[in-house]
Amino acid sequence: MFSREVMVQNQVGLHARPATFFIQKANKYKSSIWIENEERKVNAKSLLGVLSLGITKGTTISILADGPDEQEAVDALINLINSNFAE
Amino acid sequence: MGEIKFTIPLTKVIDEFKLNPVYTSTDCKEVVVSSCDVNRPGLQISGFYDYFDQQRIQVMGKVEMSYLNKFSPEERYKKLEPLFAMKTPCIIITRNLYVYPELIELAQKYDISLFSVEETTSRFMSALISYLNVNLAPRITRHGVLVEVYGEGVLLLGDSGVGKSETAVELVKRGHRLVADDAVEIKRVSSKTLVGAAPSIIKHFIELRGIGIIDVKNIFGMGAVKDTENIDLIIHLEAWQNGKQYDRLGLVDEYTNILGINIPSLTIPVKPGRNLAIITEIAAMNNRQKKMGYNAAAELNNRLTNEFGQVGGDN
Repeated sequence: MFSREVMVQNQVGLHARPATFFIQKANKYKSSIWIENEERKVNAKSLLGVLSLGITKGTTISILADGPDEQEAVDALINLINSNFAE
Repeated sequence: MGEIKFTIPLTKVIDEFKLNPVYTSTDCKEVVVSSCDVNRPGLQISGFYDYFDQQRIQVMGKVEMSYLNKFSPEERYKKLEPLFAMKTPCIIITRNLYVYPELIELAQKYDISLFSVEETTSRFMSALISYLNVNLAPRITRHGVLVEVYGEGVLLLGDSGVGKSETAVELVKRGHRLVADDAVEIKRVSSKTLVGAAPSIIKHFIELRGIGIIDVKNIFGMGAVKDTENIDLIIHLEAWQNGKQYDRLGLVDEYTNILGINIPSLTIPVKPGRNLAIITEIAAMNNRQKKMGYNAAAELNNRLTNEFGQVGGDN
């Protein structure tokens, strides 16, 4: 299990389109990945799951992964968030 | 799993039960209720405080009021003062009983909200306790789909892409109801019951690979959705693994533990050509049948034992 915290900085937060980029990236990894926001933890590979958290700008979330490529996955997702989803 | 304590604002309780304010404390909007238990302060007003939980809402009914009636206003004030001095969330008087001026005076002095309500004490308390149990219940979010099939709440669990959402749409199409897709918020509302619901933002939406997000309530109508449902059965969907042994008889009951409650569960292998919606329907009906006292596998076993028993008897 590997996890890191990150603050979401882009204007709209984890809204529909950024969330799509996010889950697409998450789905590239074999590990199970979760996002945790306060007491709620959802599967990072599921669009509706990620959207259900309603993560807005300035929210700090944890990204957790468990599996063969856990560290890579967490780092890549955190980079994606830090780059403000510039894709 | 560490149990997090949940709270509910007192204002929500006031709205839910339409409590009539006699005195509203200055911090009423900030007061939260954190205990599902409710206290009748009969023993306290007669002076017993060895065991007293300040977190509980206090409900005074006919017993307390008749007891207080025996005293002069000064004595009543003395009897009640220690109760108000404890910082309880609020004090509620049932049956719209007469509120003694001393109660109001003390509520103001200690800034404790005081309400009255029309219902009888036991009825009001049981409604209040079950409401608090639901709202303060331990909860967890699970990745899965919750559907109601023939009245049974079925929670489908499995990896992303195994076909949970597709199964859900097909079940809806066959006349069953969707409760939640992708993220299911599960609450333990009693020592036996788990209730699932969708997070409000994504309620009644389903994601279908290749189509995108669909609104089930809009496409299939009101009869195709439900807000909450008890979880009666859990189905684990997993990709078919050649060589793995799957349950053939169904004689052994399996359970999956969520929030400390064991829910009957099945593991169903997924393979092209297996109609998961129909299998889920059958699983739901079989589960109902078991609850109603008929177990097909046990019945077959009994028949076999009888047959073999008779053959054995002839020899």
